[in-house]
Amino acid sequence: MTSIMEPSGVPAGYEAWGDDQHARVGFFTDTSVCIGCKACEVACKEWNLIPADGQDFLAQSYDNTGELNSETWRHVAFIEQEKPLRADDGAVGLRWLMESDVCKHCTHAACLDVCPTGSLFRTEFGTVVVQEDICNGCGYCVPACPFGVIDKRDMKSTANMGHQPDLPSFLGKKEDGRVWKCTLCYDRLKGGHEPACAKACPTKSIQFGPLDELRERADQRLEKLQDEGWNGAQLYLRDPDDGIGGAGAFFLLLDDPEVYGLPPDPVVTTAFLGQMWTNMAAAAAALAVGVVGGFVFGGRK
Amino acid sequence: MTDARSYYGRPVVKEPTWTWEIPVYFFTGGMGGASSVLGLSAKLFGNEKLSRTALYIGAASDAVSAPLLISDLGRPERFHHMLRVFKVTSPMNIGAWILTVAGGASNTAAALELLGILKPVKLLAELVASVFGPPLATYTGVLLADTAIPVWHEARHELPWLFGASGAAAAGAAASLFLDPDEAGPARRLAVGAGAAELTLMQVMEQRLGETGEVYKREEAGKAGRAAKALTAAGVAVLATRGKGSRGAQALGGALVCAGSMCMRWSVYKAGFQSARDPKYVVKPQRERARREGTKASTMPGESRGAADRGT
Repeated sequence: MTSIMEPSGVPAGYEAWGDDQHARVGFFTDTSVCIGCKACEVACKEWNLIPADGQDFLAQSYDNTGELNSETWRHVAFIEQEKPLRADDGAVGLRWLMESDVCKHCTHAACLDVCPTGSLFRTEFGTVVVQEDICNGCGYCVPACPFGVIDKRDMKSTANMGHQPDLPSFLGKKEDGRVWKCTLCYDRLKGGHEPACAKACPTKSIQFGPLDELRERADQRLEKLQDEGWNGAQLYLRDPDDGIGGAGAFFLLLDDPEVYGLPPDPVVTTAFLGQMWTNMAAAAAALAVGVVGGFVFGGRK
Repeated sequence: MTDARSYYGRPVVKEPTWTWEIPVYFFTGGMGGASSVLGLSAKLFGNEKLSRTALYIGAASDAVSAPLLISDLGRPERFHHMLRVFKVTSPMNIGAWILTVAGGASNTAAALELLGILKPVKLLAELVASVFGPPLATYTGVLLADTAIPVWHEARHELPWLFGASGAAAAGAAASLFLDPDEAGPARRLAVGAGAAELTLMQVMEQRLGETGEVYKREEAGKAGRAAKALTAAGVAVLATRGKGSRGAQALGGALVCAGSMCMRWSVYKAGFQSARDPKYVVKPQRERARREGTKASTMPGESRGAADRGT
């Protein structure tokens, strides 16, 4: 609660692990070396047994998955733009940006805050994970996420390989009905392995490790790109003072975040929850006063 | 400024997965919560007929609210997982507790009233329902505001007031449907006063939202919003001018105000989907704020050493 009202840089719930707490881990996704091979998308789907969700041709460069959702936990974005690769290059040519997007595992995670069942929780690695045996599919986390990451799985539960529901369908609902997103391969972490996407990445565009190490590495990488004169290079969600308290999965981008479909200045919605509750209390009191007022002014009948 | 950039025009935030049960619950929960207060107030001021009517309306509204919410769940058989924690950072969790207590109390009171037994217990139940009624009618505003949907989040100052006013209007209007005009004075006055407040708050909300609020002029949110204003205004006018004199006019006015309240909920609900669908509603205000005040979301070359100093 305190950490939400006064951002402390420490993910809520992380310290409750006590002796079982591990160093906070995450991803540094360096898009400047991404080659758009989508090995991360495939490795993620295979390891996590995510059901197939159709083969669409979107005609959006090489992107045919479109977005992060319940069936896509790594998504490679492809942007074709007429912009010089180098800042000092006057000539305008075509450049092709690729970025493997993923759940940000926010320090202040709106999905986790608003989850009414406690299904979403903070792991001992500082990551944010859904407990699928708890989730009741209320869907509150879906519009709460400032990045549009987490989503409800609508497909039939029979298509849900490896994640069979524990009870027969109820009220005629046959779809899976729960929310799904990147777990930062919680099961692999527990076994001492790196997440499947990082393991599969052939260019080390996806780097996994302790978050403080990744941040240092990213700072050095940004300075190097700056020295080499790359156009538009910036770190995204690296700073613990940003609106989500810094991400567990942050990025090196070559253009502004919105070009990649990312919000340029996200703020966790629960940062305002204290004032929202106060405001609601005032409105509730006014309602009671208003009802009684109808009797005081004008009589009982 | 230029139009916001985006990734192939794709949304940044996800549309809610909620279905029709949710806005209908906003209506029933609002009406139920306010009816409980109306019922107890009528009792204290000595209007037994109004008290009993409002008690039954409140209990019935609360009673249909829970199944509506459960039916919207992706896994309805797990509805009780809502009550395995108490979590102030989750308006939905707090709301589930409020509805459980308020609905349990109002239905206990209604059952005891029907059976004509255990008067002191009934009074206690009415008191509990009245204490939890106003939060029930207003927390739904916080529920919507506590999301990343721009048109909901940016209306966080108005939504609890708007939903509270709408709930109160519907409670007064619903009681007016079932009573003779000479018994229903306070209910009528509540419907007129709260209905006028609802109309004002809708206007204030749309004004203050600026460009973010333009979804209220478009598509289904626009249609439902215009219907809400017309119905509520007509209902308020009928109740204020003719309600006292004629039972039929009072019932008509009550029905119009109730319909207006329901349309308002539908408009706000649909506005959230429209707001999520167009990335400019997310990107443009954030980019403008970043230009105005700077942003820590992006670390530019040269800034990273400073960021490193701030630690992890």
